[in-house]
Amino acid sequence: MISQFFVLSQRGDNIVFRDYRGEVPKGSAEIFFRKVKFWEDGGLEEAPPVFNVDGVNYFHVKVVGLLFVATTRVNISPSFVFELLQRIARVIKDYLGILNEDSLRKNFVLVYELLDEVIDFGYVQTTSTELLKSYVFNEPLVIDAARLSPLGPAAIFSGTKRMPGIAVTKSVVATEPGGRRREEIFVDIIEKISLTFSSSGYILTSEIDGTIQMKSYLTGNPEIRLALNEDLSIGRSQGPVSGYRSSSGSGAVILDDCNFHESVRLDSFDTNRTLSLIPPDGEFPVMNYRMTQAFKPPFRINALIEETGSLKAEVFLKVSAEFASSITANTIKVQMPLPKYTTRVSFELEPGATGQTTDFKETNKRLEWSLKKITGGSEHTLRAKLTFSQESHGNITKESGPVSMTFTIPMYNVSQLQVKYLQIGKKSGTHDPYRWVRYVTQANSYVARI
Amino acid sequence: MAPPLPQSQRSASPSQPSGKSEVSDLKLQLRQLAGSRAPGADDSKRDLFKKVISNMTIGIDVSSLFGEMVMCSATSDIVLKKMCYLYVGNYAKVNPDLALLTINFLQRDCKDQDPMIRGLALRSLCSLRVANLVEYLVGPLGSGLKDNNSYVRTVAVIGVLKLYHISATTCIDADFPETLKHLLLNDPDTQVVANCLSSLQEIWTLESTSSEEASRERETLHSKPIVYYLLNRIKEFSEWAQCLVMELVAKYIPSDNSEIFDIMNLLEDRLQHANGAVVLATIKVFLHLTLSMADVHQQVYERIKAPLLTQVSSGSPEQSYAILSHLHLLVMRAPYIFSSDYKHFYCQYNEPSYVKKLKLEMLTAVANESNTYEIVTELCEYAANVDIPIARESIRAVGKIALQQYDVNAIVDRLLQFLEMEKDYVTSEALVLVKDLLRKYPQWSQDCIAVVGNISSKNVQEPKAKAALIWMLGEYSQDMHDAPYVLESLVENWDEEHSPEVRLHLLTSVMKCFFKRPPETQKALGAALAAGLADFHQDVHDRALFYYRLLQYNVSVAESVVNPPKQAVSVFADTQSSEVKDRIFDEFNSLSVVYQKPSYMFTDKEHRGTLEFSDELGNLSISAESGDSVVPAQRVEENDKDLLLSTTDKDDVRDPGSNGSAYNAPSYSGSAPSATSQPLADLPFSSTSATGQQAPVSSLAIDDLLGLDFPVGIATTPSPPPLTLNPKAVLDPGTFQQKWRQLPISLSEEYSLSPHGIATLTTPSALLRHMQNHSIHCIASGGQSPNFKFFFFAQKAGEASIYLVECIINTSSAKSQIKIKADDQSSSQAFSTLFQSALSKFGLP
Repeated sequence: MISQFFVLSQRGDNIVFRDYRGEVPKGSAEIFFRKVKFWEDGGLEEAPPVFNVDGVNYFHVKVVGLLFVATTRVNISPSFVFELLQRIARVIKDYLGILNEDSLRKNFVLVYELLDEVIDFGYVQTTSTELLKSYVFNEPLVIDAARLSPLGPAAIFSGTKRMPGIAVTKSVVATEPGGRRREEIFVDIIEKISLTFSSSGYILTSEIDGTIQMKSYLTGNPEIRLALNEDLSIGRSQGPVSGYRSSSGSGAVILDDCNFHESVRLDSFDTNRTLSLIPPDGEFPVMNYRMTQAFKPPFRINALIEETGSLKAEVFLKVSAEFASSITANTIKVQMPLPKYTTRVSFELEPGATGQTTDFKETNKRLEWSLKKITGGSEHTLRAKLTFSQESHGNITKESGPVSMTFTIPMYNVSQLQVKYLQIGKKSGTHDPYRWVRYVTQANSYVARI
Repeated sequence: MAPPLPQSQRSASPSQPSGKSEVSDLKLQLRQLAGSRAPGADDSKRDLFKKVISNMTIGIDVSSLFGEMVMCSATSDIVLKKMCYLYVGNYAKVNPDLALLTINFLQRDCKDQDPMIRGLALRSLCSLRVANLVEYLVGPLGSGLKDNNSYVRTVAVIGVLKLYHISATTCIDADFPETLKHLLLNDPDTQVVANCLSSLQEIWTLESTSSEEASRERETLHSKPIVYYLLNRIKEFSEWAQCLVMELVAKYIPSDNSEIFDIMNLLEDRLQHANGAVVLATIKVFLHLTLSMADVHQQVYERIKAPLLTQVSSGSPEQSYAILSHLHLLVMRAPYIFSSDYKHFYCQYNEPSYVKKLKLEMLTAVANESNTYEIVTELCEYAANVDIPIARESIRAVGKIALQQYDVNAIVDRLLQFLEMEKDYVTSEALVLVKDLLRKYPQWSQDCIAVVGNISSKNVQEPKAKAALIWMLGEYSQDMHDAPYVLESLVENWDEEHSPEVRLHLLTSVMKCFFKRPPETQKALGAALAAGLADFHQDVHDRALFYYRLLQYNVSVAESVVNPPKQAVSVFADTQSSEVKDRIFDEFNSLSVVYQKPSYMFTDKEHRGTLEFSDELGNLSISAESGDSVVPAQRVEENDKDLLLSTTDKDDVRDPGSNGSAYNAPSYSGSAPSATSQPLADLPFSSTSATGQQAPVSSLAIDDLLGLDFPVGIATTPSPPPLTLNPKAVLDPGTFQQKWRQLPISLSEEYSLSPHGIATLTTPSALLRHMQNHSIHCIASGGQSPNFKFFFFAQKAGEASIYLVECIINTSSAKSQIKIKADDQSSSQAFSTLFQSALSKFGLP
C-alpha cells in the first residue's frame, strides 16, 4: 500500500498531490525533489527510481518530463509501484487525450477525481479506464494538439498521410465537435530494435522488443479477434539461427518469449495463433514480445576517424538504407562523441543534400547529423574535419565513438510478425467501423563501434 | 493533502494562483454564493472551488475557508460535492470542531438513492480522521457493509480499516473484523474480497502485537480454506488484487507435493502476464513453494528465465531496474541460470545509469569459463566510454571477474592495456585492480610490475589509486628498479599529500622497501618516520611511532611484522553473511531486494507489515533453559566488542573452520581476548608479545591494520570420529547471534518427524526439555502450531567447538528443516546424525 501520490513538474512544483494515509511527514515532495535533483552517490549521475530517506521510500517514474511519485513506509513490491505509477499516467492520458504539464494543470480537478477512485487509503481499487468512467464527472479541457512537440506519440505515424495520427490523442470521454463519436479501432505493431555493430561491421547483438498496442473507440464492447502469422512459434532453443532472411521473404517468426494483457484469451492461440479479446477502453498493450532471432538490419553504418596531420583528423560517416524503396524512414539522427580535445569541426555534406543538418555540440563534444527522411535503398554520407587543441596520444579511435543512430520507419517491421486479420464481433454499433492496423519500427539502441 | 511549503509564492499559472489576499478574496466570494440558488451559481461555485483546491495543492493553507466551503456544499452538483469532500478530508483533522459541521450532510448523503453518492459520502466520512467523531461512523459503516451495491461495499470495507486507525477499540467492539471475515469468503465482488483481505491483514498484524488471538487470526488468513478459495477465483481479481492474493499464497505451507504442483499449475499462466508485478508475485510463490524440492526448484529457475528477460526489455527503465535487481538476487543463488543469456545484460548507450550499473553487476555475476572472454571484451568497450562513471564501473567489473578466476591470462592483459590508455580515471581504477589481482595471483607480478613501473606517480592523483601504487612499490621493491627513489620523492612531498590513507601506505611501503634494499632506502625511511611522527593525523602518527619503536626494539622482529611471508588471498570476504542473503530471499519481490538489505534495516517496527517473515532471532522468546550458570559480566563485554568488530570490519577474511575456536577462548579464560577479535588500536602492543602459537594470527592483524587482507593458512585438523556432547554446555544469546552471523551453513537437511513427536509437540517447551536430555540446548524458540522455530546449540565434550542449529518444524507436514552451523565443520555430519536421532526419539515413551 502507498502513502502518498504526487506529480511534480520539472521545476519541482506540485501539480497534483494526494495524501492517502497521512503517515509520511510534511514536506515529502520537497525532500524528494531535492534528493533527485542533487543525487550524488558514488558517481551515479541519475537518482535510482526508488530510494529511502528516513524510513520513507520514494518511488518515481518519469513520464513526458514529469515526475510521478509515490511514497510509502512499508516494504512493498517495487515493480508493483512502478507498474502502478505508469498505469496512473496512462489512465490520465486516456482521459485527457494528451498528457503533459499543461493538460494536467488545466484538468487537475478531474485528475483528483481519478486518483480518489484509483486508490483508497493506499490500496489500489481499479486502474481500468472503462470502470472509472462511471465515477468521473469533470469534462476534460482538451488542449490544442497542434501545439504538441513533434516527439509526441502521435507523431510517429505522421509520415503516412492516410493515418489520422491525431485520433490516438483524443480523450475516451470527451465528446467531439461533431457530437457523434467515430467508431474506430487502432492496432499498432511497434517494434524497437537494439543492435550493435562491431568495428568490423558484423552484428554483435540484436534484439527486437515489440508490442501490439490497441486503442479502441468502439461502442458496445464487441469481441475482437486478432490473427497473427500461422507459423509463429514461441520459445527459442539455444544457439542463434544462422543466416539472414530478406525482408520480403517468408520464414517462420520465432519469438523468444511474449506476454499478454489480462483481457486476452488464448483459447485458440495454440492451434491457429489467434488472440481474442474484448478490448477495454483506453490504450493498452495486447501483447509484448521479445525476439533475438537474426534479422536484416534496416541500416548499415560505416564510420571512420583518422588523423590527417598534427592537431587534425577527419571523420567519415556513411548510412545505407537496406529496405525497399517504397518505404521511407524519418527523423533520423546520427550522433558520435568526438575526442575531448576537439575544438572545431567543419562539415561537408554530400552534393545536393536536402533536409540534412549538422551540428557540433561543444559542451559534450558530440557530432550530430540529422536527416529528415531516407528512402529505402539510398545511401548518405558526411565528412567532418576536426581541429584539436592538443596532440592525441595513443589510439584516436579509442577517444571517440561509438556512433549511435535513432530513426522511425513507418509501415515496416523487422520481425515480420503480422496481424493477418482483425475481426470485430457483431455487437458493434456501426456496420463497418474504421480499423487501423499500423506498423512502425524504431531504434532503441542502434550502435556502431569504431 | 499538500503540506504548506515555505516558498509557496510561485508563478501564477492557471492552476496556481498565489497570495494571502487571494484567500480572503475567495472567502468573501464563497460567502456571497453560499445561499444562492440562482441559475449559474453552481458554475461560479465550481470555479471558486477549483481555485481553493488548486491553492491547497501547491501548499497554501486554505483551512480558514472551512466554514464557507461547508456552507456551499449544500448542492446536488456531484462535481462540486466531490471537490468539497476532497477539501473537507484534507482539513478536517486540523479543524475538528468545524468537521462536526460536515457530519450532517455526509450522513445524509450516506443514505442517498444514488449508490455513487452513498459510496463517496461514506469514504469522505471515514477519511475525516477525527477521533471524537468515530461514534458517527459506526452506523453508516454497518449499513455500508450490507449495501446491495458493490461500490459502496468496497468503500465500506476500507472504511473499516480507516476506523481502526482512528479508534481500534471502536472498530473491534463493533465486530467489524468478523463482518469482513464473512465478506472475504462470501462476497460476489472480487474487489470487496480484495479489500477485506488488505484490511484484515493490516488489522490483525497491528493487533497481534498485543493479542494472541489476533495473531492466530492472522495465521488463519493463510490457512488452506482461504487460500484455496482465493486461488480458485484468481482470474476474476484485478491484476493488483492478484498480486495481493499471491503474496498470501507465498506464505501458505502446503501439506504435500501434489498440492504444490496443483498450485503451480493453476498459476502457471500468470507468468505470461504483461504486468511485471503479477509476474514477480507468481515467481515468489513458485520459488517459495519449491524450496524443499531441489530438482523442481531448478526447473522453476529455467521456467522463469524468459518471462523475466521479457519484463526487463519491455517495461519502463524503472521497471527494468526493479526486475534486474531480482535477477541479480537469483543469479547469486544460481549463477548458471543466465550464463548463456549474458548478452541480455550488455548495456545500451541510452539507458539510465542506474540500469547500466545493475547490468554490469549481472555481467560480473554470470561470468563463467565459457563466456568470460566475450563479457570482458564487451566490458573493455565500456571502459573507453564517454560516460565516465560507467567506464569506471566497467573496469571494476573486469577486475571482479578476474578475481573469480576465469581466464585470468587474458584479463591481466586487458587490465594492463587499461594502464596504457592514459586516461586518468582508467589508470586509477586499473591500478586498484592490479593491486587486488596481485594479492590473489602473485605469479603475475613480473608482467604487472613491468607495466606499473612505467606509470609516473605524478599522473596518479586519486587516493585509492595512489595507495595501490605505493603498496606495489613496497611489496615489489626488489623487482622495481627505482622503487626506493620513487618512494623517496613521495616522502619529500609528504606535506602536499592530503589523504591520510596514502600517507599510511607510504609509511608501510618505505618500511618494506627498507627491509629489501636497506642502503638505498635508509634516507627515505628516516624522512618518512620523522614526517610521520610530526603528522597531525592520529593514525599516521601512531603508525610512525609504532614502526619507530619496533625498529628500536629489534629489527628482525620488525621485519617479521612488516614483511612476513604471505599467502595469496584465495577468496575475498563476502560483505554479506549468508543469513542476510537468505533473509533477503525470503523477502523476494520487495524493496529488500533493490536495497540489498533485509527490511528490518530500513523499515520502522510499526510499518514492518505483513510482507516479511517476523521470525527474527531477537524477536523470539529467549528460553529460560538457555543456560544454568550465571554469565560472567566480563565475558558479555568482550562479546559486545566482538559484535562491534564483526559489523564494522567487513573486509575481514576468516577461515571459520580453522580459527573458529579462537572465538570461544574468552568464555573459558575469561581474560586474554584472542588476537583476531581485538579492537585494532590494541594491536601494536599485543603483537610484540605474541607467542609462537599466535604469530600467524597477529601478522594477519597487522595487515588488517594496513588495510590488506590475507587469510590465515592453518590447515584444518581432522577431528576424532566419535562425537559426544557436553551436557553442561553454556552459550549466551549474544554470542549465539554473533556466531550465527559469522559461520556459514555447513549442513542443511530435512527430516520427517514421527507421529508421536507431532502429537507431543503442542508447545515448544516440550521439545526443549527432550532435547536437553540429549545435551542439545535451546537458546530461543517461538511460533504456534503448525509452525515452530527453534534455535539450538551444543558443544563437543572436552572441546570448545560449538554447533548451532536452526530447526523449523511444521507439524501439519510432519517435516523439520534443519540448518547446522559448526565451528568444526568436519564433524557437523556426525552431529547431524546425533541431532536426528535425538529428534526422532521425541514423543516416544
